[in-house]
Amino acid sequence: MRHRATPGPDGAGEPLVRFAAVSKRFAGVPAVNELSLDIYPGEFFALLGPSGCGKTTLLRMLAGFETPDEGQVRLAGEDLAAMPPHRRPVNMMFQSYALFPHLTVAGNVAFGLHQDRMAKSAIKARVEEMLALVKLDGLGSRKPDQLSGGQRQRVALARSLAKRPKVLLLDEPLAALDKKLREETQFELMDLQERLGTTFIIVTHDQEEAMTVADRIAVMDEGEIVQVAAPSEIYERPKSRWVAGFIGDINLIEGGVVEANGTGAVIEDSGGRRFHVAEANGVSVGAKVAIALRPEKLRIAAAASAANEANSVRGRVWDIGYLGDKSVYKVRLADGTQMKASVANVTRIVERPISWDDEVRLSWSPSAAVLLTR
Amino acid sequence: MVPLGRRAADKVSAMPAPPQPPRSSSAKLVVLAPYLWLVAFFFVPFLIVLKISLSQTAIAQPPYLPVLDLAAGWQGIKDFVAGLSLENYATLASDDLYFFSYLRSLTVAAVSTVILVLAGFPIAYAMARAPRRWRPVLLMLVVLPFWTSFLIRVYAWINILQRDGLLNQTLSALGLIDQPLTWLATDTAIYIGLVYSYLPFMVLPLYASLEKLDDSLLEAAADLGCPRWKAFWTVTVPLALPGLGAGALLCFIPIVGEFVVPDLLGGSDTTMIGQTLWTEFFANKDWPVASAVAVVLVVLLVGPIAIYQHLQSRGVENR
Repeated sequence: MRHRATPGPDGAGEPLVRFAAVSKRFAGVPAVNELSLDIYPGEFFALLGPSGCGKTTLLRMLAGFETPDEGQVRLAGEDLAAMPPHRRPVNMMFQSYALFPHLTVAGNVAFGLHQDRMAKSAIKARVEEMLALVKLDGLGSRKPDQLSGGQRQRVALARSLAKRPKVLLLDEPLAALDKKLREETQFELMDLQERLGTTFIIVTHDQEEAMTVADRIAVMDEGEIVQVAAPSEIYERPKSRWVAGFIGDINLIEGGVVEANGTGAVIEDSGGRRFHVAEANGVSVGAKVAIALRPEKLRIAAAASAANEANSVRGRVWDIGYLGDKSVYKVRLADGTQMKASVANVTRIVERPISWDDEVRLSWSPSAAVLLTR
Repeated sequence: MVPLGRRAADKVSAMPAPPQPPRSSSAKLVVLAPYLWLVAFFFVPFLIVLKISLSQTAIAQPPYLPVLDLAAGWQGIKDFVAGLSLENYATLASDDLYFFSYLRSLTVAAVSTVILVLAGFPIAYAMARAPRRWRPVLLMLVVLPFWTSFLIRVYAWINILQRDGLLNQTLSALGLIDQPLTWLATDTAIYIGLVYSYLPFMVLPLYASLEKLDDSLLEAAADLGCPRWKAFWTVTVPLALPGLGAGALLCFIPIVGEFVVPDLLGGSDTTMIGQTLWTEFFANKDWPVASAVAVVLVVLLVGPIAIYQHLQSRGVENR
């Protein structure tokens, strides 16, 4: 069971890792742009963004492989600028795993311990402990090229944990695994992090992965942080159209605010339809906003049925995607906008009540939608 | 190189074999081709040399006896076998000229190989670390000397090393020497010539090994607390060993039998085995002794290959 209070800015005290107005350019092109971020002890923190958003550069600056052009990277209050990578109390698990091909599995795990001139018997004990931790007992004498991809991934993990780092950096650690193994490993990573209590920072472009493993997620785009929050917060209250679209599926209805007060807001779209939103989110009358709706929060019914929600639109089913656990209905409205509604397949339906080209009504409650100003 | 091929083959055999489609006869021929080549151009000539080494010198055409006379039938074969002897090998053992020739060849080859490793490693390392777009150019520069004949390049060294040659001129122009030094006909000249001639054979395999080295391995070493200089010895060098071994063999073996460089640049006081062989063959017209010298040389050279293969296979077993 994983039931830990989410550490965060409130209550957890001093940050363990602090990026303070950090910038990094490669050949004049900014990779990270005046970015500030605090990560707290014991967090499982995810840096999430599309490729090229600067998330890996951020991680490599913490490991010491890149030097920031401006700003500071601090670990436990200490500025890391003058500290070479081999002295930093952080360890990294590389995307390519970077296992030493000339060393055995045990040799790989022991590599960092040898650098610390640890006693031989202590090294042996630690290696065995680490291999047991990642369930590779008995494979210590193998060479990396005799292992499967999943096993290599575990060796890399054991090696990066062997020195008991203050922070473990994971650079797309599961990208090379197939989907099923990846999902299993995600839960193992969470379990491991909880048992060890080490701060984990994971870099990933896979939003599901970030949502699954992380306590907090920083969504990055073009070298900047767009939103930092817990996974549910990011999903349910995205800060901008971009975040809403990047994390999961979203329907956006653009419109202007015609009414806003403590009990909610009313938005009118270009076609004159009015929608109620429960949270005004601080908008004022006249503002251009978007109503963001997750597909699973829409209800779909035959057009003839009575509207039982505050908001509804009518359209025609244009496509149906059957995904096994759910079906996604693509509905085209009269004005050409397309909306997606997903419905859990609670029964083993063979005949769908709604089919292609049916006239349908999509409806949702005022509390299901979020207003986006950016 | 045979040893590298073996290593690769071992790697493959460690994995489950993929189902193979039945080989067509033309595919079989392709596999056979290198073996046919080896039989025709190595094994058969070696047997001929081996046979001559068991014969006696004679003033005849060919200049040795016995000659297999198949026209005489069974008796001819019996006479032929009876005529063979190990006499020439006894000659090699009794005269320490041969022993010292072999010893000198092995010494010169060993010392040259060490110098080649020391000179070749930094070059190969710098090439492998150079920006990617520079590498083809650097590779080209290493291979460039091959565009001129080997013999002509060694003759050019005579010019450079002679008493009023370029080297002495340069040194005195720099004020480093008052009197011209004697370079030619010394061991130094032999080593200069050998290292110059064989450097590409050391640099190319080393470069091939070093170029494959993934940068993230060095980052991983640093990440785990290993300073840069130490990672060179714990990561870079071990991973360059296959290239180092191939380069050392590619240099050591031909240098043992080298004739041109010591003959043109070296002195006449001590000879390498290649020169001894040449003298026996062309000056003394003693084909059988020359052949015996060659056979012993081949046996001596198989030694280091066997050791290398042994080390390689031990490396494989340690996996």
